[in-house]
Amino acid sequence: MTAKAILGHRAARRAAKLEATAVRLEALQLPNSGQWLRRAREMALARLNHMGLPDRRDEYWKFTDPNTLLQPEVLPAKILDITDAAMDFVAFDRLKIVFVDGVFDADASDDLSSEGLEIVRLAEAGASDIHWAREFYGTLEAEGQKPVDRPLAALNTVLATDGVVIRVTGKVSRPVSLIYLRRETDAEMILHHLVRVEEGAELTLLENGPGAARLNTVTEAWVADSAALHHVRTQGRDHERRAATHFFAQLGAQSVFKSFTLTANGALSRNESIVWLNGNGGSAHVAGAAMGDGKFHHDDTVFVTHAAPDCESRQVFKKVLRNGAVGVFQGKILVRRAAQLTDGYQISQALLLDETSQFLAKPELEIYADDVKCSHGSTSGEIDADQLFYLRARGVPEEAAQGLLVLAFLAEAVEEIAHEDLAEEIRRKLDGWVSRHN
Amino acid sequence: MLEIKNLHVKLEEEDKVILKGVDLTVEAGKVHAIMGPNGSGKSTLAYVLSGRDGYQVTEGSVTLEGEELLEMEPEERAALGLFLAFQYPVEIPGVGNMTFMRTSLNSIRKARGQEEMSSAEFLKVMRAKAKELKIDAEMLKRPVNVGFSGGEKKRNEILQMAMLEPKMCVLDETDSGLDVDAMRLVADGVNALRDAGRGFLVITHYQRLLDHIKPDVVHIMADGRIVKTGGPELALEVETNGYTEILAEAGAAA
Ligand SMILES: Nc1ncnc2c1ncn2[C@@H]1O[C@H](COP(=O)(O)OP(=O)(O)O)[C@@H](O)[C@H]1O
Ligand SMILES: [Mg+2]
Repeated sequence: MTAKAILGHRAARRAAKLEATAVRLEALQLPNSGQWLRRAREMALARLNHMGLPDRRDEYWKFTDPNTLLQPEVLPAKILDITDAAMDFVAFDRLKIVFVDGVFDADASDDLSSEGLEIVRLAEAGASDIHWAREFYGTLEAEGQKPVDRPLAALNTVLATDGVVIRVTGKVSRPVSLIYLRRETDAEMILHHLVRVEEGAELTLLENGPGAARLNTVTEAWVADSAALHHVRTQGRDHERRAATHFFAQLGAQSVFKSFTLTANGALSRNESIVWLNGNGGSAHVAGAAMGDGKFHHDDTVFVTHAAPDCESRQVFKKVLRNGAVGVFQGKILVRRAAQLTDGYQISQALLLDETSQFLAKPELEIYADDVKCSHGSTSGEIDADQLFYLRARGVPEEAAQGLLVLAFLAEAVEEIAHEDLAEEIRRKLDGWVSRHN
Repeated sequence: MLEIKNLHVKLEEEDKVILKGVDLTVEAGKVHAIMGPNGSGKSTLAYVLSGRDGYQVTEGSVTLEGEELLEMEPEERAALGLFLAFQYPVEIPGVGNMTFMRTSLNSIRKARGQEEMSSAEFLKVMRAKAKELKIDAEMLKRPVNVGFSGGEKKRNEILQMAMLEPKMCVLDETDSGLDVDAMRLVADGVNALRDAGRGFLVITHYQRLLDHIKPDVVHIMADGRIVKTGGPELALEVETNGYTEILAEAGAAA
């Protein structure tokens, strides 16, 4: 094909895509909401119409087929009679906010008023003309559409039916815990949360529970100067659910953002993290551990932008795959010209327990500053035969030895959790999963 | 204790024969040494005894206290009381030394139908034994063998041996890479375990270790066979004359 023909082909493809998007979006009913929220939804809808819904031919979706995340009908997902995903963090003193099939459940939730915290439901903030959320809702999502389209996030801004709006003004030691329960086999959960951690304030945000047959969540977080946001999430054993999540975080000077996600099974998970280091000396760590067995497709897509000097970022992702499971990692570190003395690190690794599983990785660095330290690496391998033999020669049965090596492989990602008691909770959970597999 | 009869071993992946008929019996309470030039098959023998993959036994048998060893999984051999101190101890990032040791000890106890050792008791015993080998608490907390010096790795092997109190100990060049002080610690560790119910097979290239661990019997291995067997004086002969003379003599005899 000539260059001109390629351009023509592209233009035709784009036209077809926008056409399909328009048809699909026209059928959408915007949820009832107050005036400003309705306007924000309409703006997101306009963005979405402009970029088009994704398909497998988009570069950003070449490893993961978005179709089942987008199609109008939700594929039903069997509800497992194991409740362990809902039980995570159960021993922790925390402020519980419960959603059932994507709808806030006031009776099951704790009192939302708490020292150093303001929490309201999105609908409530949306109904009030003067709520601060008005200036924030959808703005990081919109910002995150450059340089790469994130249509599922825009779709969420259009359609989110519920969510919480949190402002943190002090150092809050009791975690806020978002718990997603499910009752219906074909429910969809579309939640949009806003989190503002003000100067010097601190929050730990937990998320757990199966959620729904299909879920699309967006969290937009602003971490102000010298503030800290810790995020620990478990996407538990729910074999058939499909999830698209976006976590947008904008960081101020000397601030800290640490996010960790544990995923075990699920038919499809696409977890995107989009982080901007906008103030001097910020620190952002995004990590994940995933264990997939069988029909499992797990995609971590991370985009970290260093826009200010002296910041540090780490991406640490580990996946253990077997029986045909697929792992994907797309990670980028973008260092802007102003971001001198950037320290960027990225590692993605897969442990393939058999030959039917696969790991697809696209690590990227894009650097415009000259005085930076950035490294990245991506590997996939099997269990080390020498390590396995060493353990067995010391009397550890083969399966237990393999389990120990799986846990060892995931350890580096779990270490990214700052709070030792939360890290311990995750390790306990992994331990349980590994021994159950054996 | 350990009876090796006419053991022939080749590599699984290629047609390379490494052991060509090894006969060796280690009695309870005795220390046997195997010496021999590099490449003579000493490590292969140690690996075959402990059940490593990659080797094929084409002839012969091995029993430990009358039980057929070669049919067993490595972990079953360990539970039966066989221990190999590795020539090259393996690093395991992400697994703490303590976790490793406790899992090992309790796996073996479980396989024998014994109760697991409590965490408190385990800690006490482990600390005491580590102290004797001058292994500090910091090292115990680190991942298995990661960042350990050569000597530290070897001492860690002996610590594991002391913890597991195996019936039959096979030490593969535990002396290589050790300075004089470390060698004495290792030797003391081995000597402390010597008793009437336990057998040792000490593989070494040099005679020095045998100054500290006095062997009852010394075997010389060359090209996959035991070519000569004698008392401690055989080790001294190797030390003064090297292998060439002994091998020439053995070759002439054969
Ligand atoms: N896995 C292997 N692959 C190829 N060659 C091997 C392997 N294991 C042992 N050998 C060969 O077998 C011979 C004996 O090796 P080894 O048992 O390590 O001797 P030693 O411990 O006495 O130095 C050597 O020639 C060595 O290269
Ligand atoms: Mg050797």
